[in-house]
Amino acid sequence: MSDLLEQPKAETKPLSGAGKSYGIPMSVLAEITHRCPLQCPYCSNPVELDRANAELTTDEWKRVISEMADMGVLQIHFSGGEPTARRDLAELIRHATEVGLYSNLITSAVLLTRDRLAELSDAGLSHVQISFQGSEAQLADRVGGYRGGHGKKLEAARWTRELGLPLTINAVMHRQNLHQLPEIIEMAVALDAERLEVANVQYYGWALKNRAALMPTEEQVDWTTQIVEEARERLHGILAIDYVIPDYYALQPKKCMGGWGQQFFNISPSGKVLPCHAAESITGLQFDSIRDHSLAWIWENSPALNLYRGTDWMPEPCRSCALKEEDFGGCRCQAFALTGNASATDPACSFSPFHEKIFRAAKTEAEGSDQFIYRNFKGGTPEANRS
Amino acid sequence: MSAVPARTLRLELTDASRPRLARHARLKFDKVRELWVLLVPERVLVPDETAIEILNLCDGERSIEDVVDLLSEKYAADRELIRTDVIALLQDLADKGYLINAAEEKS
Ligand code: SF4
Ligand code: SF4
Repeated sequence: MSDLLEQPKAETKPLSGAGKSYGIPMSVLAEITHRCPLQCPYCSNPVELDRANAELTTDEWKRVISEMADMGVLQIHFSGGEPTARRDLAELIRHATEVGLYSNLITSAVLLTRDRLAELSDAGLSHVQISFQGSEAQLADRVGGYRGGHGKKLEAARWTRELGLPLTINAVMHRQNLHQLPEIIEMAVALDAERLEVANVQYYGWALKNRAALMPTEEQVDWTTQIVEEARERLHGILAIDYVIPDYYALQPKKCMGGWGQQFFNISPSGKVLPCHAAESITGLQFDSIRDHSLAWIWENSPALNLYRGTDWMPEPCRSCALKEEDFGGCRCQAFALTGNASATDPACSFSPFHEKIFRAAKTEAEGSDQFIYRNFKGGTPEANRS
Repeated sequence: MSAVPARTLRLELTDASRPRLARHARLKFDKVRELWVLLVPERVLVPDETAIEILNLCDGERSIEDVVDLLSEKYAADRELIRTDVIALLQDLADKGYLINAAEEKS
């Protein structure tokens, strides 16, 4: 059995000329709100958050969910912000189920009650993913900027399993919590999770503001790899662990989103269609809204989606590189964050002229201050009593 | 720590197991792409013809033995070979958490 992602040939159709093709979109990240009670300093939402009054209505969401199914989308991930902050979540999940989509909830879980979760389950939810900020309350609640959050997450994780829903634990890791990884792995086993995603912070948006407080050391990264490898072997068949080496310490970039505008898209709370959740961090790009066009029209015609599709747009060293179809030149958002130019080779690549400099900068930043800037609608608040 | 006992044992399939796909592993025919897909968390898998046939037989009622019997009869092929293939495919899915053994479920 192979991943659909690894089968682009059956999928792709020519757009305009060779080197520029894209597939049928496979999964969609629906960011239904930016509202969230937590204030994680690495939040992947844009620094300019969408306000509640700009959010799509229930009917608008239902319309685009139907359009997704018609286009061939198979999975929808309800995310945010905190998706459970929207009262109509169960209604949206039910609609997704009715049109045949597989739905996943990506949640911080602090707003959930057992009844609410049961309601979402009855609506046809297929899978729950709960984020954790650490293995114990003191650190986890400090990172999330929300007192009592960790305890609520543990509770919600138990309800998830009691209701017979499969659970993934998503642990966002950085310098200040990496030492808790062994306990996080044990926690995931004790909570009867099927999967643990050990996600490294990605540095754009809020995380870029907090890079010095989050950047792991090289020693931590080596240690993490050992811990993950040991746990994978020991827990084979019990807990699957997803882990990718953080970009700043890698030699080759990730095939970000399976390529820009290839098989995924993201819808922002106000209805903009983005190639990934971080794309609004690239200033100067105009994204089309589902309020102005159909989804199918946007997928085919959006200038921002077409801009970095395929390989035609690539500069050197990617243009003449044998790996260009493998990784599509890495992440555009990271290229923009680190070089100021979204069309540059991702500096995570060792062939990028910026690679050395960025690697050195990471090592310096790993010795930075632990003080966070919390994510909120005011543009961020520095953590008190710490410097 | 939890009301539901943690799954500390790997699901090891035997001839008597009665596997079926878990709720979060959904096999469906995708009309747009015109192919069978297995939807699982964070991924979409494309089963080959043999896998589709096996998975469609695994309904939680039939045992692995029943499935192997059906297939060896249908293809008039060596039973042991088929058994090895069936268990290899299903054990791999079980290790990823996509299969449930209905024989072990309390009713
Ligand atoms: S990363 Fe933290 S602050 Fe951002 S949406 Fe998720 S839980 Fe909320
Ligand atoms: S040069 Fe470009 S295509 Fe080649 S490995 Fe680096 S990022 Fe990938």
